[in-house]
Amino acid sequence: MAAGVLTKGLCGFRQPRIVAAGYSCSGPLYATATAVKTLPLQTDSTAVTDEIQNLPLETPDFFRLSELFSLKDLFDARVHLGHKKGCRHRLMEPYLFGSRLGQDIIDLDQTMAHLQSALNFTAHIAYRGGIILFVSRRRQFSHVVESTAGDCGEYAHTRYWQGGLLTNAPIQYGPGVRLPDLIVFLSTLNNVFQQHVGVRDAAKMNIPTVGVVDSNCNPSLVTYPVPGNDDTPAAMELYCRLFKMTINRAKDKRRQMELLQGLSPAGLIHGSS
Amino acid sequence: MKCSNIVTQMQMLLLSTYFLFSPERRTANMAASGGRTVGSFLWKCGNCCFNFNTVSSNLTRQVLSRQLCVSAVLHRKNLAAAGPEKFSEEFIKKQVEEFNIGKRHLANMMGEDPETFTQGDINRSIAYLFPSGLFDKKAKPLMKHPDEVFPKQRAVQWGADGRPFHFLFYTGKQSYYSLMHDTFTKALAVEKHQDRLRGKDLFTQDAKQISLVGSRWLLKEELEELLVETISEHDYARFIQLMERLLSLPYCSVEEDFVQRYRRQLEIQSSKQQVQPLQYDQHGVAYSTGDGRRKTAMGTVLLRDSGSGSISINGTNYVHYFPVLQDREQLMFPLHFMEVLGRFDMQCSVSGGGHSSQAGALRLAISRAMLSFLSEGQVETMRQAGLLTPDPRIKERKKPGQEGARRKFTWKKR
Repeated sequence: MAAGVLTKGLCGFRQPRIVAAGYSCSGPLYATATAVKTLPLQTDSTAVTDEIQNLPLETPDFFRLSELFSLKDLFDARVHLGHKKGCRHRLMEPYLFGSRLGQDIIDLDQTMAHLQSALNFTAHIAYRGGIILFVSRRRQFSHVVESTAGDCGEYAHTRYWQGGLLTNAPIQYGPGVRLPDLIVFLSTLNNVFQQHVGVRDAAKMNIPTVGVVDSNCNPSLVTYPVPGNDDTPAAMELYCRLFKMTINRAKDKRRQMELLQGLSPAGLIHGSS
Repeated sequence: MKCSNIVTQMQMLLLSTYFLFSPERRTANMAASGGRTVGSFLWKCGNCCFNFNTVSSNLTRQVLSRQLCVSAVLHRKNLAAAGPEKFSEEFIKKQVEEFNIGKRHLANMMGEDPETFTQGDINRSIAYLFPSGLFDKKAKPLMKHPDEVFPKQRAVQWGADGRPFHFLFYTGKQSYYSLMHDTFTKALAVEKHQDRLRGKDLFTQDAKQISLVGSRWLLKEELEELLVETISEHDYARFIQLMERLLSLPYCSVEEDFVQRYRRQLEIQSSKQQVQPLQYDQHGVAYSTGDGRRKTAMGTVLLRDSGSGSISINGTNYVHYFPVLQDREQLMFPLHFMEVLGRFDMQCSVSGGGHSSQAGALRLAISRAMLSFLSEGQVETMRQAGLLTPDPRIKERKKPGQEGARRKFTWKKR
């Protein structure tokens, strides 16, 4: 992976600055092959594409995602309700507001900040045409998650996770498969209350993850944890709605940018975003 | 796999799980299947893909050893779901063209009309031109249409930018899980419809139900064929469970078309029964014949209508011929079952076997003869009672090393 990036740097290909940690390009095998084959020059089209790609990085909340949700929405959807204090995970203690009658309450101020950064990251990935995979092993919400993924044109996996899906992908799917660029966990636990295999595998494959972590989950391997409730239907529907709106917004913005580019190929109009 | 594509060749080298040998040997192996395809043998090896038959023995040895591996894969069931695409679209198209041209050459060689040259003619011509003393059918030369030789395979599941086409691609079993997703969506839609009716106070328990009589669910193999994917027993059971759940809803008739797509009609067994027409003799009395076999006994029966219930077997009365009650019961059973005991006169002849098997043979013969006098429904009743099924049991053969069919020799400890 690192070798691929290095080869690209040596060839003089200007990589757009990437904000997140461990952003993987399509397939490590092809990074070397294609880099050796082509030495791209800075043509007009690549310059304009770079402009489009880098434009969202100039403003902190380019997609204006903070207007999608408020603390009251989170409270009404029961996002602050955690499990009982016996189920509490040690590493979730910083995210908890407190505990009432033995039930942990998640700090919604922290949740707001984490959710904002998670949605922002998702929007940037969707803007750049990345593959987003929604994962959840909760049977009651499987249909909702799959419908959400279908509606925004992304992918879902709410079924039995076969061992080598990420780590043994060329054998499982065929050579030349492209792995997801972001995995969104709407519940990081599987049906036996252990951490989902996908969290560890994504960390192994350098794929960033966004995960809704409840008070009994381990947030350490998740890149953008979002402390919140993953058991209530209202909360799950809220998350699905937010992710869908974010991704649709980002894709629409991209299409808009490309249309603008099409209208004026000479320069890019830094107009109202 | 294209010979000329650099990236594909690199894939070959990097992912050596598929083919472990160099491009020349790989191209030689391409016309796979157990036999050697003769399609392009008929003209010279200007074609790089087919120069395997008469090339160096070294090459053929390697090719044959590789072909053994490939044929096992290709003779597996549900080949379409076997794995990623091993032969590209253009390759298969080229094979089809070559096969058609080869077919015309072969027809000209045999002096026959190329337009009306069928597969049977091809097989006979190949057997004539290349006589093979080998016994194994898979080892003989064959010339078949490429669609029968190369397995049906799935096309590549993602586009030029690498994004898969199906939203459930990363599950591994996209067609099956998408089917489950759709079925569940339909179930939710039916429940929503029911709730709307309840809201308007139009909900009734006795809504029109889907009729499932005379049809069965798709078998697992049929479902696999439909989805072009391999599924496990557990997956299949889950699918049937979900469909049953959909059918348990009162207003499931809304989704009848969807459900019927996954059901097959059962064949009605009785419609296969051949019933002889009634014959009339010179006095206008209806009669019919029937014959039956059981073990080594063969019997024939002449059944006459408007009789008094007299039965004669080989010229003697049935009471004298069958002194045992059980045998007489066997004779009476078909008549007693259809409640026509005193109606018919029977003239039977029987030979072979013992008294029990003769009685069984006659019973079958009587049932078959009676069919001409009965209606469709009664025929079906008789079939379900087992009166029309010939008993397949015969004497089991004695095996060497044993005293009888099952009895072993006495075991002596020392």
